Amino acid sequence: MKTNDVILQTTTKVVFFIIFLFSIHIFFAGHYSPGGGFVGGLLTTGAIVLLLLAFDLKTVQKALPFNFTIMTGIGLLLALGTASGSIFFDVPFFTHAFSHFNLPLFGETSLHTAMIFDAGVYLVVVGAAITMIQTIGGDT
Amino acid sequence: MITFIWICLVLVILSMMGLLYRVFCGPSIPDRLIALDAIGVMIISATALLSILFATRFFIEVILLIAIISFIGTVSFSKFIEKGEIIERDRTSK
Repeated sequence: MKTNDVILQTTTKVVFFIIFLFSIHIFFAGHYSPGGGFVGGLLTTGAIVLLLLAFDLKTVQKALPFNFTIMTGIGLLLALGTASGSIFFDVPFFTHAFSHFNLPLFGETSLHTAMIFDAGVYLVVVGAAITMIQTIGGDT
Repeated sequence: MITFIWICLVLVILSMMGLLYRVFCGPSIPDRLIALDAIGVMIISATALLSILFATRFFIEVILLIAIISFIGTVSFSKFIEKGEIIERDRTSK
């Protein structure tokens, strides 16, 4: 039976960006309000799952040509690099540092190395969850 | 004002009870699915009322999160009911 879900596909084209922007917001707001890398990663996974529901596996793999297994590895490298980078500055393992910088567009911003660790968590969560869903969802 | 919020919360929970009856005793699968979707809306309203009661802003993101998760869940369930598979491999070849 040939079905034509044009409503679902058109809704997905709008809603995907709303969910993705919200996940980016939750990821960056994690330091001062609820959220963080894990919830942001799961929400990005939700957005990609919505794409997978509205379109098929091949179209999504063509639209997002990432190797999600390698993305998991990059995330682990980021987290481990942040943790082990501190021992080069003569401080214990996992010591974080932060400072205030004057960025050109944002004004005075406090940048923290915990953000890089959070980005690692984000990449690991997105990579692992999408790998699971694609592996289970695609029937050979 | 606080009593008004409490009354609203009780009404929301009562309507959630009615929807739970439809989930348990629904004659068909789509009935249960629509009842679950409406329960998601009820949870959103209860979260908003609770955030007023607790006088906190931190539940606002939870509301949006529940809405997104409920939408994705309903879409995937209805696609399973309609087509029998949730994620297709290649849509054009069929």
